Amino acid sequence: MKWETVIGLEVHTQLATRSKIFSGSSTAFGAAPNTQASAVDIALPGVLPVLNKSAVECAIKFGLAIGATLNRINVFDRKNYFYPDLPKGYQISQLAKPIVEGGALTIQVGDSERTINLTRAHMEEDAGKSLHEDFHGMSGIDLNRAGTPLLEIVSEPEMRSSAEAVAYARALHTLVTWIGICDGNMQEGSFRVDANVSVRPVGQAEFGTRREIKNLNSFKFLQQAIDYEVRWQIETLEDGGRIEQATVLFDPDSGETRMMRSKEDAHDYRYFPDPDLLPVKLDEDWIEQVRATLPELPAAMQARFQSEYGVSPYDAAVLTGSRALADYFEAAAKACGQGKLAANWVMGELSAALNKADLGIEQSPVSAAHLGALIARIHDGTLSGKLAKQVFEGLWEGAGEVDAIIEARGLKQMSDSGELEKIIDEVMAANAKSVEEFRSGKEKAFNALVGQVMKASKGKANPAQVNESLRKKLTG
Amino acid sequence: MSLTTDDVKRIARLARIETSDAEAQATQTQLNSIFDLIATMQAVDTSGVSPMAHAQEVYQRLRPDVATETDRRAAFQAIAPAVENGLYLVPKVID
Amino acid sequence: MSATSLTALAAQLKAKQVSSRELAQQYLDRIAALNPSINAFITLDTEKTLLEAAAADALIAAGQAGPLIGVPIAHKDIFCTDGWLTTCGSKMLHNFVAPYDAHVIQQFKAAGMPSLGKTNMDEFAMGSSNETSYFGAVKNPWNTAYVPGGSSGGAAACVAARMAPAATGTDTGGSIRQPAALCGITGLKPTYGLVSRYGMIAFASSLDQAGPMAPSAEDCALLLNVMTGFDPKDSTCLERDKEDYTRDLDKPLSGLRVGLPKEFFAEGLNNEVAAAVEAAVSELKKLGATTVEISLANSKLAIPVYYVLAPAEASSNLSRFDGVRYGYRAPEYGNLDDMYCKTRAQGFGAEVKRRILIGAYVLSHGYYDAYYLQAQKIRRLIAEDFNAAFKTCDVILGPTAPGTAFKLGEKSDDPVEMYLNDLYTIPANLAGLPGMSLPCGFDGKGLPIGLQLVGDYFSEAKMLNVAHQYQRVTDWHTRQPEGLK
Repeated sequence: MKWETVIGLEVHTQLATRSKIFSGSSTAFGAAPNTQASAVDIALPGVLPVLNKSAVECAIKFGLAIGATLNRINVFDRKNYFYPDLPKGYQISQLAKPIVEGGALTIQVGDSERTINLTRAHMEEDAGKSLHEDFHGMSGIDLNRAGTPLLEIVSEPEMRSSAEAVAYARALHTLVTWIGICDGNMQEGSFRVDANVSVRPVGQAEFGTRREIKNLNSFKFLQQAIDYEVRWQIETLEDGGRIEQATVLFDPDSGETRMMRSKEDAHDYRYFPDPDLLPVKLDEDWIEQVRATLPELPAAMQARFQSEYGVSPYDAAVLTGSRALADYFEAAAKACGQGKLAANWVMGELSAALNKADLGIEQSPVSAAHLGALIARIHDGTLSGKLAKQVFEGLWEGAGEVDAIIEARGLKQMSDSGELEKIIDEVMAANAKSVEEFRSGKEKAFNALVGQVMKASKGKANPAQVNESLRKKLTG
Repeated sequence: MSLTTDDVKRIARLARIETSDAEAQATQTQLNSIFDLIATMQAVDTSGVSPMAHAQEVYQRLRPDVATETDRRAAFQAIAPAVENGLYLVPKVID
Repeated sequence: MSATSLTALAAQLKAKQVSSRELAQQYLDRIAALNPSINAFITLDTEKTLLEAAAADALIAAGQAGPLIGVPIAHKDIFCTDGWLTTCGSKMLHNFVAPYDAHVIQQFKAAGMPSLGKTNMDEFAMGSSNETSYFGAVKNPWNTAYVPGGSSGGAAACVAARMAPAATGTDTGGSIRQPAALCGITGLKPTYGLVSRYGMIAFASSLDQAGPMAPSAEDCALLLNVMTGFDPKDSTCLERDKEDYTRDLDKPLSGLRVGLPKEFFAEGLNNEVAAAVEAAVSELKKLGATTVEISLANSKLAIPVYYVLAPAEASSNLSRFDGVRYGYRAPEYGNLDDMYCKTRAQGFGAEVKRRILIGAYVLSHGYYDAYYLQAQKIRRLIAEDFNAAFKTCDVILGPTAPGTAFKLGEKSDDPVEMYLNDLYTIPANLAGLPGMSLPCGFDGKGLPIGLQLVGDYFSEAKMLNVAHQYQRVTDWHTRQPEGLK
C-alpha cells in the first residue's frame, strides 16, 4: 500500500521581551536558579498577573507578518494541571479567543513553492524547568523560565513530508527572527517544535490517528523524529496494528520516539477564562503603530531581489534566509551595482568561508562594502576570478581596502596589451612544438599555450584577452 | 443528574486530593445535595444572553516591558519545604 | 474604652491625650482578656504592634498627621503581611510567614495605622459561620454559644467585642456583610475593582473584594478612604480618581428613593429580622426617604450560580497549594503525585475540599457549558435586574441574612443549609455592586439583626450617607455585648 504522511506543527517561540509576560522579572537566559523568579512567578498566595505590552506587540507583529486575522478582543484562559514546574497549578494561555487566527507562510522545498496555512497563534506563559540530576532521589525546580512570554504558533496539518515540515519550521524561524519577536536560539529553547504526525493510505480522505512528538529543538531532530515516526506508524499499520493517539518524545541518541503518555492519561485541562485578567483589546491605532515598525518581510524582499537585482527565485529564497544575510547581500549589490555577481559571491565564496570558520553573516570579517568593491573590480576587468579570490583572502585577513590589497600584492590584471603581446611571443617561441601541433589541427594544444601564458603572467593576464591575442597570433 | 462514587474519585484525582473509598462515598452524598441546588439554574432559558466574566466592562491594562523585580530568592526559599542549591526539591519528576 | 469611634480616637491622638502606643496597648490588653473566649485572632505579635504604634507616634510628633494616623486596626488573616504569619485559616498555610505586604496592608501602613494582629476566618474564606477555620471556631461576642458568621468572623467578633476599633474583611458572597450583621457591627463591601486584590489570598477572583468593618458607617467611610486606590499590580483594579467617602455623610435623605426587592422579603425570612428591617424602613421614611417596590427576579438563582462560579475559580486558585514552594507538605509520601495528593488531602479542610471538587467537576470535560457558561449567563441576568432596579431607586434595602446568628455546630453538617445563609448577599457580588450591612435591632435572644444596603456601581458615598443618617437617629450600632464591656 502507498502511504501519505500528514504533519502539522505547533511551535513555541519565546518572545524577545525584557521582562516576563505577567511580571517584572527579567527574561535573561542563564541566571542562577530561581534568582529571576519573583513573587508572581513562584505564585505566592495573593499575587496577580499584569500583561506585558511588548508581548502583545510581538503577537501583533507576527499576525501582520503572516496576513492573519488579529482578534480585536482576545482572552486569556487558565489551563489547569499539576506539575512542579507550573507554580500556579495552571498555565495562563489563550484557548477560545486567541490573538491571531489564520494566516499563511510560503515555503520552498527544492525548486517548488508551497503555501502552508496557519490555524492560530496565541500568547501564553512558559513553565519552569525540572532538573533531573539526582538530589537524593529528588528533582530540583528552577522557576527562572516560568512566565517567559511564548507565542504558540499552530499550523494546519498541511505538510506531507519531513522535508516540508523542516522547510516550514525554517521559514517560520526566519520570519520570527526577521521581525525581531524571537531570538531564535534553539539550544536555549527559544524556538521549540511539536510535530503532530499521522499516516493514511493515499487517496483516503480522513486523517489517520496522530501522535504528537514533543519538544524538538533542532531542525535535524525534527527531520529524524518525523522520519522515524512515519516509518514506525507505517510498519505498525502494515503489521496489522493500530495507532493509538499519544504524546511521544524523540530520543536523539537512539533516533527513536518513545511513548510519554497515551490518550487515556490525557489531561482534562478544565480551561476557563482567567478571572484575574480582562479581555485584551487591540485598537486600530495601536495595530497601525505596530505595523509601521515592521521591516520589509522576506516574501516581499524575495520578489524585489528578483526584479531589482535579477537573481533567480532560488537565490532570492536563499538570500532572504535571514534578515542579516539579506541586508548584507543588498548592501554588497548596491555597492557594486552587480546583483547577480553579488549573489554568487555571497552564496559562494563568502558563505563557504563563513561556514569553514563557523561564523554567522553578522560576524563576517569581510564587510558588504568591501565585497561590493571587490565585485566592482571584477566587473571592470581589474581582477580575474582567480585574482579576486586572492583579494578576498586579503579582505578576510583584514589587510585593508580592496584597491590597496590589489596594489600591495600586485594582483592587478594585466591591462597593458603590449606587455601581454610580449609574453605571448616569448611563450610561442619557447613552445614551438605546441604551436606546431595547434597549427596542424590539434585544438588541445591551444589550451596548453593559454596555460603557459597565464603562468608567465603570474595569473594577472585577462584570460579573455589571452585567448583572443593568442588565437590571432597563431592563425595570423 | 447524580454523581457516582467514580465521578467523585475522578475529580478528586484531577484536583490531586487523596480520597479513600469511604470518603468518596460521604462526599458523593454531600456533592449531590449541592448539585441538586445547582440544578435549579440549569432549566433557565439563557439563549441570546452573553456570559458575564467580569463585573465591569473594561479591558486589560498593559504593563510597560521593564524588568523591575530584584532577586528575592533567599527570602522566598526561607519559607519553602525543601530547597537545595537554590532549587525547590520535589519527588523525582518522571517525563 | 471611653471613645471607640475612629473620629474620636483620631482626635485624641492628635490632641496628644493618648499616644498610639498607649492606645495599642489598651486594645492588646483587652484582646488578652477577651480573646481566649472569642478566638477572634489567629496571630498576635505585641512587639510588632507596639513598634508600629511607636512609629506612628514619631510621625504624629513630627506633625505628619493623616486622618487616622496612630489608630490601630486588625487585619483578616487573608491579607499577606510582611513578616507576619498569614494562614488564611488553613493548615495549608499554618507556617506561612508572608514575604510581602498586600496592597491593602500597604495602604494602612502608609496611613500610619498599626496592626493589632491577624483575625480568624473560615478556611480560605469558605464558610458562613467561621467554623471551618483550622484554628478553631470564632464565638459570637453576644453569645459565645453562637457563631459570629463568616468568613470574616474574627474581624466582626473583634470589633463587636471592642478588641479592635476597626478591622479589614473580605467579601466574596457576603463574608463582610453577614458576620457584620450577626455581630451587630457595620461592614461594607465596595464596588468590585475599587480595592486592590493584590496580596489578598484569592478565593474567587471575579467576586472577591476587601472592605472595612467597624462599629459605624462613619468609621467605614474613613477606612474606605484608606483602603481604596488604584494599584497597577491588580489588572482588575480600576483607575479612578480618589474619592472622599465621608463627603456625603451629612446630606439629608429627603427625596431618597429606597428600593425594596420583594424577593428579599419573601418566604425563608425570619419574622424578627423582617420586623426589624421594616422598622428601619420606617425610620428612613421619617428622614424623608420614599420607598419603591422593585423586583430582582433572578436573584433566587444567585446561590446556584455562585456555587458554580466561586468553586470553579477557587478550584483553580487553590491549585498553587501543592507543597512545593511554601506552606504545608505532607510528612510522608511516595512519588510526586502522592506528595500532591497527601499534601492537599491533609492541608485542606472538608469544606475547602468540597468546593475544590465542585469546581473541578463543573469545569471538567463535557460539563463546562452546562454549568460554568450557564452560570455566567445567569450572572448577567442577575446584574441586569439590578441595572433596571436602579432606574427607579437610589439604594436597595433588605435584610443582610435570613436570620440571626445560629448555634455553633447547628448547620456545620449540612452544607446546603449553610449556603442558604448568603441568599441576600451573593447577588451584589455577582453583579459587582457595593453593599453594606448595618445593625438595625436585636432578636428575642438578644442577637443582633443586620440590614443590607446595595448601591449602584461606585455609589459608596451615597450608601454611607443613608447608613450614617440612620445611625444618627438610632443607637443599635453603639450597643455592646453584655459582660464584655
